[in-house]
Amino acid sequence: MTTASGPGRVAEVAPTTVAKPRRKSRRFSKSKEMGLAYLLLLPALAVFGVFTFFPFVENFNLAAHMKGPYPTSPNPYVGTSHFFQVIKSSIFLDSLRSTAIFVAIAVPLGLFLGLALAVFANQKLRGSAFFQVVFSSTTITSVAVAAVVFETILDPRSGLMQWLGVHTAPGIQLSPGWALYAIAGISAWQFMGFSFIIMIAGLQSLPEEVIEAARMDGASSFRVFWRVIVPLMSPTIFFGGVVGTIVALQSFGAIDIIIGNTNTTFTRTNVLINYIYDLIVYDRQFGTAACVAIALFLITLLVTVAQFRVLERRVHYAN
Amino acid sequence: MPTELVTAHAPEGSTPPGPERPEDRAAGLRRARVWRRRRSKLWTYTGLIAGSVIVLFPVYVLVVDSLLQPLQLLSDPPAFVPTHPAFHNFSDAIAQYGFGHDLINSAVQTGIIVSAQLVTSVLAAYAFVFLRFPLRRSLFLVVLGTIMIPFEITVAANQTTIVDLHWEGTFLGLTAPFLATGFGIFLMRQAFMQIPRELREAAVIDGYGPMRFLWRIAIPLARPVIAALAVFSFLGAWNQYLWPAIQANYNPGLKTATIGIASLAQSSATVGTYLAASIMSLAPLVLLLILFRKNLIRSLTAGAVK
Repeated sequence: MTTASGPGRVAEVAPTTVAKPRRKSRRFSKSKEMGLAYLLLLPALAVFGVFTFFPFVENFNLAAHMKGPYPTSPNPYVGTSHFFQVIKSSIFLDSLRSTAIFVAIAVPLGLFLGLALAVFANQKLRGSAFFQVVFSSTTITSVAVAAVVFETILDPRSGLMQWLGVHTAPGIQLSPGWALYAIAGISAWQFMGFSFIIMIAGLQSLPEEVIEAARMDGASSFRVFWRVIVPLMSPTIFFGGVVGTIVALQSFGAIDIIIGNTNTTFTRTNVLINYIYDLIVYDRQFGTAACVAIALFLITLLVTVAQFRVLERRVHYAN
Repeated sequence: MPTELVTAHAPEGSTPPGPERPEDRAAGLRRARVWRRRRSKLWTYTGLIAGSVIVLFPVYVLVVDSLLQPLQLLSDPPAFVPTHPAFHNFSDAIAQYGFGHDLINSAVQTGIIVSAQLVTSVLAAYAFVFLRFPLRRSLFLVVLGTIMIPFEITVAANQTTIVDLHWEGTFLGLTAPFLATGFGIFLMRQAFMQIPRELREAAVIDGYGPMRFLWRIAIPLARPVIAALAVFSFLGAWNQYLWPAIQANYNPGLKTATIGIASLAQSSATVGTYLAASIMSLAPLVLLLILFRKNLIRSLTAGAVK
């Protein structure tokens, strides 16, 4: 009864709508559309203009002017000579070296730990949901929290490291031998959560038959990991590597909190961002800071492009 | 290859030597498989537990040490359980060191950034997907270009802009550079592109204008992605360090929670006090992870997996 009434009503209504020849355009009206579009884009573009593109260009302007000795003295135009003077200075080159060491430890370590844990947590075992929450959790910790916790653990008097038999005396601030490595390790710990999240998402999109087939053929788990999972996961590892490197080139909070501003050069933890921060906050040398910022941008660009060219050739895309 | 065959049989050292009957062989293989599965399960649990120790050991230290009395921190062997939990560490952080004020600052700063980023991203992405206008493609490339310029390299020039505008040490100065995000626009654009064209055609026939379509159809349909962006930008804003640190130098009253923890750690406050402050600053994020883990993962993996 009710099912019959449905189509019947449609049949009644249909002729009236079809009868009207008014065939409106299936788009919003054109003149309004353009103005509205620009209006909707305006807030975002204004922010980008003032706080992304203008400072990007302004950096070059700041870099090209030498700051005078007094606030009122003129800032003479020095062109690119200031930039080259800065990047040839020993403090910049030391800073560059520290940054390279920092990135070379934090990123591969974080990627490897994330992938290994993702492989373990991806198996259908009791409790794997719990482990997934645990492993992804380091991504929410702020750099400040991670820094103070690890500082507590590393404390030469009360830290648990002494109890574990690792002696951290005379403390991280006085240990140029390992301060940078320890802070890179802390960053790897934080990065591990993000790495785990993208790795497990990548693993879940892999064809399960391939891994199962390798297992059936009698390959050991170790062999399956290195010969099957790593190659199949290479697009995700590649993405994680690019994002991780960019993030690591910009990480600075742990160094500022644990080492402070006075002895970053001594502890060899004066990475480029730390150098820029000290120049802005303590020395008010905006021109020199801009030079270092330009160098950092070029390095970021170079590393990203290099990763795309070298790694992407070795990345295996399934389809 | 032959070595693998040998290893596959290796656990079956107990099978009697001599000519193998087919049934024996099949049973042996089955047993080998069960054995291997059990062994790999053992390895998996070993890995899972090792990973949990790496992740949870610092968390354990954070919780226990935040509850220790100052003298217990120096005890030998170290105190692994807070026998006399010092809950006053939490109230000290707030009452003596003004950490409550820092938390409120963080909440205001994060609230401004998250809501502004949602609005600017949704509006801009909507224009890119549903409206037609000159320079659409080039403007989208401009938006993508912002992702390629890390904020850190614009810091020096941005600080001079903020000082020129006399915004230093204000919430405006603290949040202004982050009111829009290229990543957010990109994420929302992907979401809006999932909306079938027929739906908009139907809406136009029903007499919907572009704004009504946005409110009534596009936003409700994109709700999961909007939530993902909200969680992502909450996390980013709450955990910011470099920019708030610079701003707090102009006005210590503008310290956010992260900067508050850093300055507590460098002050005369006890370890327990600044670890208690750390726990308070982590609490909203833990809640976020528990409630919106799926949304967070969605935004973090955007672009990671094809």
